[in-house]
Amino acid sequence: MSAELSYMGVDLTRPRVAFFELSSCEGCQLQLLNKEASLLDFFNLLQVVQFREAMSEKDDTYDVAFVEGSVTRADEEERLKIIRKRAKILIAFGSCACFGGVNQLKNRFADQDWVKREVYGDFAIDTQPVRPLADIVEVDVNIYGCPVKKEEVERIVTDLVVGKTILYPKYPVCMDCKANENICLFDLGEPCLGPVTRAGCDAWCPNNRMGCWGCRGPAEAANVEQLKNIMAEHGFSSETLLDRLECFGGFSAFVDGLRQPQQDTGKQGSGI
Amino acid sequence: MKLTCDIDVHHLTRVEGHGNIHIRIRNGEVVKAQWEVVETPRFFEAMLVGKKWENAPYLCGRICGICSIGHTLASIRAVENCFNIVPSEQTAKLRLLLKHMETLQSHILHLYFLAAPDFLNTGSVFPLIKSHPEVVQRAARLKLLANDCCDVIGGRRLHPTRTVVGGFTMLPDKYQLEQLRQRLETSMADLEQSAELFASFAIPDFSRETEFVSLKGKGSYPFIGGSLVSTDGVELPENEYLQMTNEYCVENSTSKWSRLSRDSFAVGSLARLNNNFAHLHPSAQEVAKGLGLAPVNHNPFMNNVAQLVECVHVVQDAIRLIRELTAAEWQEVRQQVTPQAGTGVAAVEVPRGILYHCYECDQDGRIVKADCVIPTSQNHANIQHDIQALADNYAKKGSSDKEIELLAEMLVRAYDPCISCSVH
Repeated sequence: MSAELSYMGVDLTRPRVAFFELSSCEGCQLQLLNKEASLLDFFNLLQVVQFREAMSEKDDTYDVAFVEGSVTRADEEERLKIIRKRAKILIAFGSCACFGGVNQLKNRFADQDWVKREVYGDFAIDTQPVRPLADIVEVDVNIYGCPVKKEEVERIVTDLVVGKTILYPKYPVCMDCKANENICLFDLGEPCLGPVTRAGCDAWCPNNRMGCWGCRGPAEAANVEQLKNIMAEHGFSSETLLDRLECFGGFSAFVDGLRQPQQDTGKQGSGI
Repeated sequence: MKLTCDIDVHHLTRVEGHGNIHIRIRNGEVVKAQWEVVETPRFFEAMLVGKKWENAPYLCGRICGICSIGHTLASIRAVENCFNIVPSEQTAKLRLLLKHMETLQSHILHLYFLAAPDFLNTGSVFPLIKSHPEVVQRAARLKLLANDCCDVIGGRRLHPTRTVVGGFTMLPDKYQLEQLRQRLETSMADLEQSAELFASFAIPDFSRETEFVSLKGKGSYPFIGGSLVSTDGVELPENEYLQMTNEYCVENSTSKWSRLSRDSFAVGSLARLNNNFAHLHPSAQEVAKGLGLAPVNHNPFMNNVAQLVECVHVVQDAIRLIRELTAAEWQEVRQQVTPQAGTGVAAVEVPRGILYHCYECDQDGRIVKADCVIPTSQNHANIQHDIQALADNYAKKGSSDKEIELLAEMLVRAYDPCISCSVH
């Protein structure tokens, strides 16, 4: 099959690719089936050998593993370790895999037993604090976003297949947003993490007049202290800032100082 | 008569989320038939506690990667009901249009990518790219159209960006809406061919008397809010949903289960259609008749056909909505939101059935209690009882292990389960 694929006259090998999901909404995998116009070209780059959500065939010999979701139970930890052993390249696919995603919001409660009881009452349920993949195994490539942007997935996968170094924008979402000539969300009275969040999504939310929630994590040299000033100047409370900074787990290093113990439910702690 | 049979399907494929099927037959008797849900819980209801109202739609959309629009709209409605906000007519129409297009996207994904391979004897859609290129292209065309509509109205097909409490952050471009309307008109030919394709499939001959639960249409096929109804005669207002869902925990499932008048009930396209057939668009009724689907139908495999019928309905209704929206002047995009203490319930028909969100808020609009009841969690008990009856039927017919295994898999797929959503 490899001879059928070439790039600038050089024959390329289609990598054997497998897709997996841990605790997640499976939306990032669904994004793979989006952007229908280039769908066939995209899948032509790959030999998909395992993709449970879309196919029944299954082969455990693969080069590249895309893993969506975060780790919340011992069996997921074991699955992830096995995938790591089998894959040459392991990709953390989407913000749940990269940082814990929205799932890690449950970690903010000091009393994890309360979390279980709140949902399941006295029924025994097995769960652990949410962890991103890199807490358990070595991750080779991160694809950020909630959801991932298919254009970026296509670029990274193409770079992988042709052997190019994978690069990410170092600048924040704010740059893309300005380039798109959007009205600044702050001027529209909306909070926004655009000034500190890693770009690469083409300011997906701000383009639609929704302020950025930081799903892609911090940009290089993100100045969160300055963002605090901008938010305060525009009259947003530290609670609003915290809501956004803690939403996906990418800014976890910045949120501790913002969390007020006992601020609301009496169950909120400083996280784990 | 089949004497022994051992079936263990670990992590069923071509469904959203993780579920297992176990069947044991000994001396011709089904001694075990089990639908096991092993998905990890994410605890959304706990996550929401202490969060201000504006977080709820944004977070709850992330419950599901397939029906994120449905969850977002249910969450918005729950907050709006809590704060006594009534959406404007324009907002209501845009939301319904957005919901229709999610329904189309989700049904097409299920029908072509997840269900059809079984009827075409392949393990996935990928071999069909070569063997049935016109089928795959048609599926991609319909899915693309639905997704493009979701982008134009909701800002993004997955985890929408424009949908907020009080309305939208911005309005779609009327010229783009008009272009979509033309594409929707053209798509009817693709849907007719889809109906021909499904007419050629051998739908398994199986039925089990079932209670079907859905919203009750009042003048139109129901999607957002209204009263709740079951084919066994239960009828309740939206805010008494707990009496309709009766959730409980069971061993071998991380998802809760539900019951109403019997041991189990079903929600989804077939349930909606069984309860509201008269409200379907005439061309959808015609497709239903052509495919042998009339209410009340008790064959769970016919949920596939019901989804196809609903595709025709939502396309026709989307055309109407776009005509009305483009003929009117744009009104205010977003209402002022003033939080107030209270409880808000939302019942919304999402692709896989009726979805409920309920939030209790304090006077600042901070959530103190949250509850989400998912369509697939309401279906789990019914899937369990269907698998039992299916194994029993086909064991008596003397079917092979392989046949029973495939039928059991197809049965679960017919419900189009969203398992990670059901556990949330």
